[in-house]
Amino acid sequence: MDVFVAALTIFVLALFVGFEVITKVPPLLHTPLMSGANAISGITLVGTLVTSGMQLTTLTTILGFIAVTMATVNVVGGFLVTHRMLAMFHKKEDNV
Amino acid sequence: MSKELIDLFYLIAAVLFIFGLKGLSHPRTAVRGNFFAALGMLIAIVVTLLDKRIISFEVIIAGIVVGALIGVVMAYKAPMTAIPQVVAIFNGFGGGASALAVGAALEEALKGGFIEAIDMQFTIAAVSSGLIGGVSFTGSAIAFAKLQGLITGKPVLLRGRHVINVALILICIALSVWLVVDSTSSMPFWIMVGVASLLGILLVIPIGGADMPVVISLLNAYSGIAAAGHGWVLNNSVLIVAGSLVGAAGFILTAIMCRAMNRSLANVIFAGVGAVVTTEVESDDIYAGRVKSASPEEVAMMLEGAQRVVIAPGYGMAVSQAQYAIQDLTNLLESMGVEVDFAIHPVAGRMPGHMNVLLAEANIPYEKLREMDDINPTFRHTDVVLVVGANDVVNPMAREADQSIPIAGMPILNVDEARSIVIIKRSLSPGFAGIANPLFVADNCLMLFGDAKKMAMDITAALKQA
Repeated sequence: MDVFVAALTIFVLALFVGFEVITKVPPLLHTPLMSGANAISGITLVGTLVTSGMQLTTLTTILGFIAVTMATVNVVGGFLVTHRMLAMFHKKEDNV
Repeated sequence: MSKELIDLFYLIAAVLFIFGLKGLSHPRTAVRGNFFAALGMLIAIVVTLLDKRIISFEVIIAGIVVGALIGVVMAYKAPMTAIPQVVAIFNGFGGGASALAVGAALEEALKGGFIEAIDMQFTIAAVSSGLIGGVSFTGSAIAFAKLQGLITGKPVLLRGRHVINVALILICIALSVWLVVDSTSSMPFWIMVGVASLLGILLVIPIGGADMPVVISLLNAYSGIAAAGHGWVLNNSVLIVAGSLVGAAGFILTAIMCRAMNRSLANVIFAGVGAVVTTEVESDDIYAGRVKSASPEEVAMMLEGAQRVVIAPGYGMAVSQAQYAIQDLTNLLESMGVEVDFAIHPVAGRMPGHMNVLLAEANIPYEKLREMDDINPTFRHTDVVLVVGANDVVNPMAREADQSIPIAGMPILNVDEARSIVIIKRSLSPGFAGIANPLFVADNCLMLFGDAKKMAMDITAALKQA
């Protein structure tokens, strides 16, 4: 039960931090926000690593491989496409 | 590496995620923010690989290599106009990965090989993550197909869909309860994921193209919550923190998008708005003989005499890839001493902020991209508004209180307050909401019929000749 309450505390506090931080993002950057947040949700990769590395059965190995691949697409693609977008935003002065 | 040490690194990763999202509050710090978040991810992944429970790396390396290749290619090959569907599919992969990984964890726990015990927390988190992850995966796949034009962007309304959806949800709940009460077999979990996947398809297929900003935001929140659920299964703090941050981001954007359309979330998801579209003939009757159409040369003359011009882009600009042609026109007008600004409606395009990204791609400085509330008071002092491929977001009908109008009460860009308006549009066909736009026949409005990109280029050419 201790673990549960600790995890619940983290969950609720993180939700609040998320609300506070994200309400400050201007509409200008809503697309990169979404794609950046999306890349962060690829954190599920961390969990897939543990399960797929244990290799208990063929089934879990296959599931693990698919899950690792999908989560990696999410992480790598998500951060790169966000970077590509953000690199395009610039002020007037550095407009060449 | 001990569990405590790993958890400390996870804490660093979580802090970096928060800094990363905080960085996105300004374009100046945003690139660095994204870098922080990516660094946090790298730290989390590297320390996880040092976990003693991982005995073999072949599968992991194979998965990471394949996934990274696909991710890099997709991230760099995608044109900026395709960003909504790219984000949708990445999102679906994240949600799907959570569902599968939780399933794998359950299988391992049933074999007794897993360190976490199968208790209530484990099973409840597993079914939640499987349910939400499954919905997020297939829902995103449908959103991708709609945005990519693989299937119709119009709402597909099945008969009795509400009953079917409720039944599917009840089946998911029943299977979940089964797994929680009797955790000896993984069968209920997998059936539940299958049903959830079907539910994801049925929930997104009745939603029309222009409501995609809401759908993508919501699916984004789901994949975050699925990741958090995965964290509960594994008792992994960084998964819980990152997942709930993303969940919060998705829910906030969903709420902002709904507010920008003055519609409830339930209305967006269930009402099937956009299914009934006024036919071309009907709209011809409404506008009969009252529409004034102009040539690019006439528009060029108007612009020449203007002091202040505002460009209001919509999805049509994305479809015709007109952003660079618009940039040329903007540069030319500015060199002539005309003040040019852009009016960005929150739901213009197919995802939150879609227009901003396209215009930034075309080198338009971001301080010119102005939000609705900021630019609305300035239309009064504006000589010419160029509406490029937008319709519903400038439709004055939204000001009517009549609730039978789908966009009633939606805040709009008050372009009709400007001295004159030029609407670049291919035809008089109605926008997504399927209603006529009285702006087209307003006294101060001219229609410039044609493809947005070609028309912008024609105006630019005409201005250069003058």
